[in-house]
Amino acid sequence: MNAIFVMLLGLAAMFLGYVFYSKFVAEKIYKLDPNFKTPAHEFEDGVDFVPTNKYVLWGHHFTSVAGAAPIIGPAIAVIWGWVPAFLWVIFGTIFFAGVHDAGAIWASNRNKAKSMGSLTGDVVSKRAQTLFMIVIFLVLLMVNAVFATAISGLLIKFPSSVIPVWGAIFVALIIGQIIFRKWMGLGTISILGVVALYLLIWAGPSAPLSLPETMGGLTDNASWVLILFGYAAIASLLPVWMLLQPRDYINGLQLFIGLILLYAAVLLLGPDMTAPAFNTNLPENTPSMLPLLFVTIACGAISGFHGLVASGTTSKQLDKETDLRFVGYFGAIGEGSLSLATIIAACAGFATLADWEAVYSSFGQGGVAAFVEGGANIISQGVGLDNEIAETLLTVMAVLFAGTTMDTGLRLQRYIFQEWGNIYNISWMQKALPATLLAVISCVALAFGAGSDGSGGLAIWPLFGTTNQLLAGLTLMVITVMLVRLGRPMYVTLLPLIFLLIMTVFALFIQLKGFYMEKNWFLFGLDIVVLIAAVWIALEATSALSNLKKEQKS
Amino acid sequence: MRNMNIKSIQQWLSRAGELVNEFYNAPYRSAIARAKRDEDDLFMMLVFSEMMGVPNPASYYTLELQPLMLERFHDWHQRMGMEHSPLDHFRCC
Repeated sequence: MNAIFVMLLGLAAMFLGYVFYSKFVAEKIYKLDPNFKTPAHEFEDGVDFVPTNKYVLWGHHFTSVAGAAPIIGPAIAVIWGWVPAFLWVIFGTIFFAGVHDAGAIWASNRNKAKSMGSLTGDVVSKRAQTLFMIVIFLVLLMVNAVFATAISGLLIKFPSSVIPVWGAIFVALIIGQIIFRKWMGLGTISILGVVALYLLIWAGPSAPLSLPETMGGLTDNASWVLILFGYAAIASLLPVWMLLQPRDYINGLQLFIGLILLYAAVLLLGPDMTAPAFNTNLPENTPSMLPLLFVTIACGAISGFHGLVASGTTSKQLDKETDLRFVGYFGAIGEGSLSLATIIAACAGFATLADWEAVYSSFGQGGVAAFVEGGANIISQGVGLDNEIAETLLTVMAVLFAGTTMDTGLRLQRYIFQEWGNIYNISWMQKALPATLLAVISCVALAFGAGSDGSGGLAIWPLFGTTNQLLAGLTLMVITVMLVRLGRPMYVTLLPLIFLLIMTVFALFIQLKGFYMEKNWFLFGLDIVVLIAAVWIALEATSALSNLKKEQKS
Repeated sequence: MRNMNIKSIQQWLSRAGELVNEFYNAPYRSAIARAKRDEDDLFMMLVFSEMMGVPNPASYYTLELQPLMLERFHDWHQRMGMEHSPLDHFRCC
């Protein structure tokens, strides 16, 4: 089938979802009120609570939630064929992610812009709040380990990207200084920054760089993981305006340019989907599609991480309540379109089926490298860019996304450790440096614990997806309880919640068996922890809803 | 006619510039403002330290600053978790 058709079908479906379904949800379920005084106005302080233009807020929300995860997940999941991945991304975005993201903003907006964690405590129960904190910690732990491994894999596979990737950090540092000292306007500097980044990308293939295969007894993979964590630790300690802010900004521009380039190339070239619609010739040891597809693609279909962004920062800047339909729901669609582009790149970018099967030789293979290779083929043939430069471009895009998420993840984890230091009165843990070190150590332990050479990160990808889905489940539970209290229909959020819980518990059992067979006791233990959390959420949701039913009867 | 065009383009550019600036600043506004507030709070502590029984060699000079800090005093003591002014001789609300 032609990729243009797949692309148009997917985009049209998501757009119709926005026009009709989100309108229904916004008007009939959440009953958005343009006259509601949002927390941004009520508590306006110029710091956290600032009413913001809805397009700016959308751009900010979208670039915070879209990272490497909506690329990695679908790129792994197309191993079952492109139709299942396509369907889950499209239906997931329309009926799960959009409702969840907009709902998270709505719930927070109606409760003084509280974060989802404290909302869980207020709306459901204190027990559920504890659970929420545990799940968040697990997600952050896994996201850093997974992304470090994914980046190191990319840097090894595409040595031409090493110089642009690290060069981008220097570009960001310089931009940060120029803006901070007000030497130039932002418009000029954005253009210069993007030009500098693309010059680096263009120069990358002529100066490939790779680490020696073993260094001090460590494989190159392990060395990269360690270097990355070293970098992320430093980055997360620097003041935000120095590195994080300009880096995020450049990444945001990169995201839009990359998406436009990829979609334009598909339109111009019109490649065929060479990958099978349903893969009947699955490599050995590929787990069953039924539960695993729904946890392999988390971001891009539904992701609990969005709830954190939505309730933590977005809800504090909402100008009008009705804006949240655009910001939340259309933000989810932006992410869905990134996943759709990934599916097309990984499935239409290879000349023959045999080429594709060679890349997807076993479960977990292919992945983001397939996205880079396939996407580069499409771009080089469609727009006429040199293949190696196109490869470098997409690698840099993926690595920068993953890198920013790592910085942010590490920073958030540091805050959690500092908070624990506060709660338990451990004075050294309240300081930034020791807390960061603790965060780094726990992530490195996970990356190496799951596989001795630091390759363990990707082994936990499905487990990461599962935990992320559980977080989404918790948010959906909060929204559902709020809806029931207001006497509104709850099926819009309850059905996704039930579906998610069934799929995650099912997937956890399957993975548990897999880890047992591989005798990977570390991941086996982690799986059990997540499983307990999942069952706990199910019980918590049942008891909250049945209590509400009783209250309403009496 | 030509003037009109240039004017509208300029307007459009400055509007675009505003939005780009917002896009750059909005995500980090709170983190940066909070860091600045922390520094200001420290300064506030220094200015009022003598009144709270902390000896301050520069108090002769900081006394002059007190009227300037008054405006922010209310926000400060509320942020520090004290409903009313913590100082006996220094009423606020």
